Amino acid sequence: MMSGQALDGLRVIDLSYSYAGPYLTKLLADMGAEVIKIEACQRPELTRPLILAENDPKDEYWNRAGYFNKGHRNKCAITLDLNNDRAKDIFKDLVKIADVVVEAYSPRVMFNFGLDYPVLKELKPDIIMLSLSGYGQTGPYRDYASFGTVMESMSGITELTGYPDGPPMKSGISYCDPIVGIIGAGLVLAALHYRRKTGKGQHIDLSMHEAGISLIGEVLMDFTMNRRVSSRTGNRHPSMAPHGCYRCRGEDVWITIAISSDQEWEKFCEAIGNPSWTKEERFTTTLGRWQNQEELNRLIEAWTSQHDHYEAMHILQGVGVIAGPVLTNKELLFDPHLKERGFFEVVDHPSVGKRPYAGMAFKLSKTPGRIRTPAPLLGEHNQRILKEYLGLSKEEISKLEEENVIGSAPIIEYPIELVMQLIVSPLDLLEKLGAVVRVDPDYLEQLGLK
Amino acid sequence: MSDGALSGLRVLDMGHHIAGPFCAKLLACLGAEVIKVERPGGGDGVRRIGPFPGDIPHPEKGGLFLYLNTNKKGVTLNLKTKTGVKILQELAKDADILLENFEPRVMSGLGLGYDSLEKVNPRLIMTSISNFGQTGPYRDYKAANLTEMAMGGLMYVTGQADRDPLRTGGSQAEYHGGLNAFVGTLTALYYRDFTGVGQHVDISIMESLVSILEYKTVMYSYQGAIAGRWYSRHPFSWPHGDIYPCKDGYVAIPPQVMWNDFGNWLGRPELGDLKFLSLRSRLEHAGEFDGLLISGLKELTREEVFHRGQEVRFGTGYVANAHDLVRDRHLMERDFFVELDHPEAGKLTYPGLPFKLSETPGQVQRAPLLGEHNVEIYCDRLGYTREDLVRLRETGII
Repeated sequence: MMSGQALDGLRVIDLSYSYAGPYLTKLLADMGAEVIKIEACQRPELTRPLILAENDPKDEYWNRAGYFNKGHRNKCAITLDLNNDRAKDIFKDLVKIADVVVEAYSPRVMFNFGLDYPVLKELKPDIIMLSLSGYGQTGPYRDYASFGTVMESMSGITELTGYPDGPPMKSGISYCDPIVGIIGAGLVLAALHYRRKTGKGQHIDLSMHEAGISLIGEVLMDFTMNRRVSSRTGNRHPSMAPHGCYRCRGEDVWITIAISSDQEWEKFCEAIGNPSWTKEERFTTTLGRWQNQEELNRLIEAWTSQHDHYEAMHILQGVGVIAGPVLTNKELLFDPHLKERGFFEVVDHPSVGKRPYAGMAFKLSKTPGRIRTPAPLLGEHNQRILKEYLGLSKEEISKLEEENVIGSAPIIEYPIELVMQLIVSPLDLLEKLGAVVRVDPDYLEQLGLK
Repeated sequence: MSDGALSGLRVLDMGHHIAGPFCAKLLACLGAEVIKVERPGGGDGVRRIGPFPGDIPHPEKGGLFLYLNTNKKGVTLNLKTKTGVKILQELAKDADILLENFEPRVMSGLGLGYDSLEKVNPRLIMTSISNFGQTGPYRDYKAANLTEMAMGGLMYVTGQADRDPLRTGGSQAEYHGGLNAFVGTLTALYYRDFTGVGQHVDISIMESLVSILEYKTVMYSYQGAIAGRWYSRHPFSWPHGDIYPCKDGYVAIPPQVMWNDFGNWLGRPELGDLKFLSLRSRLEHAGEFDGLLISGLKELTREEVFHRGQEVRFGTGYVANAHDLVRDRHLMERDFFVELDHPEAGKLTYPGLPFKLSETPGQVQRAPLLGEHNVEIYCDRLGYTREDLVRLRETGII
């Protein structure tokens, strides 16, 4: 255990792209696994143009994207155009020295490449292959295309999200992607445990649809028990009141409060100075507060709106009342608790310099994990993997470069000027629409990076 | 259950409510022997939470409890007694994994902190899930699903810009704590398989949520942008799973490389206009774009948008509710739902395993009754006599 990471010595080949699969392999890479990501110059990872540093493509936009760089730290990257037969042979040689292969194509793609599980198993009998797709490897929807955002709707979560008086609403991220990624990482580790005991590998069929559904079990149970179809309740709770989101001092500043008992209610009243309305008959019982929660919420907001959200949290938590500020992406980066736990880690990257990234999703006492290397440049590890691992000669590698089987820059069919234009984020417009609240021009100074 | 990937592993599930039990459920689904430890009398507090058949509360019939505790064995144990703590230590002695989601300091207060348990069993992996983790200034703060969604950053970016931030439906924060505990625990198991050394895994629900914020925190560290909540839309690809009304409900529209193909399919070829080509110009004409999309979608049903759109691989979907899912022919064909018979709750349909493993498929078995396996675990395994059991029961320990 040289570097003291839990997954030292584990080698994973990653053919996945976008968010779900890369999140899965990120969890493994953070804990010490060697993850070799395979891209093609003809089809670089989809997130390589997303969220460019300083919103500026510069010379090599594909190495400047925040989306890619946060999801691929601790990984190696090679390019390999699997439409090429020589590339397929190289891939097969890699499989022979790997423990795990992760792929997130539609089910027919690996078959069409001639690289499906039976083939890989032939090459390496104990290989563990995980296939992640929207609807799984079997069933009538198996070939349907999928996105993590759409799967949130398909899995029943969106139906439950929204204001009580409004339409269903998706959550603010591609929500089903990380869910399926986390489950997948656990399954790979379970399969490795089994392999260690029995010597047998296996094929894991993982469906984003089913992963999403597994997070609303109680809603399904309510239907099968009572034929009740649950829907949106905003921030309300079936039994707690107050239970909601309250405006604080400042612009678009909010706190959430959840009170579950009479005792907590009394402590809450005391903390806000026992205003006379708290003594009203209708608010003295949990049922009364629940029935009159709209009026109650207005009265509570009169108190919260005089306080900063952090300040309100400390006051209420100080007396044991559950309260938490609604934090923005920026506030998370500066949050004192996350800071003290060392959650965000600053990493230096050759193209974009030092930036903070969300760190370990869990902490292990003896093998804590950390960000050891920044995200790889496109094709950064071609030499290491092809030469050192697979023993290809210099000449062979040059030939592959000449034939565009490998490389270190994208090969795109559109004029590069057009691409550069399209990948600059329209932050001004997004701000006008409300998708972006504000752009801080001095963010690098604020983050202490300049 | 001899064919599970984790069979032979022993897990002590001291979890309650959602986060701990969900993690233990996943381990149990993979074949681990999970012993759920509940307090005598009421058991896991989640037994008091609905849904209940016919809305009649009953501690053995709670839908959330039944769902979260499949494939487990159940024992009762009062940890507020010295004897209870001693029995727990005996159980921990030959357990591989101990899982708990009490507030930090509860376990060490009982003399069951990792430091003590490690002495009893150095191979033990102890996983602690808490709201804010085992260290840091918020460690002892209390939280609920709603406040975690707020502090994890997902809530601020969900909802409408001119209204209050929204939580995502269900109890997502707590489930996420369970998900990360699942991976963290198995990571520690991998290490133990090689080294024989156990360790303590610290899961913070807040950090579990901040970890899945996709691109939100790099939006600030790369561009200085504070992400807002314009109907929860993706700021760099729109539409991207956005919800639109159709003839009989709501559908989700994914990103398209070329909107002209989609426009032609929808009978709104105007969507192929150059002004909708780039994100910038699509946003400049957002109202017009939405208008065309909605007018076309309003002529189609959910099923038509979903299946006909998928026939040409547009990646379309619809907003499904519980009823839609239970009768979905794809899920049916994949045998996703399973019927389980339970002595108190009777025959019910449950969501099954969200994965398929070729060598170790696993199976789903019903949740345990309160204390159902006391005899098996305490007598057959730990060697207490039936008379001991009566004494332990009379003194309120089991």
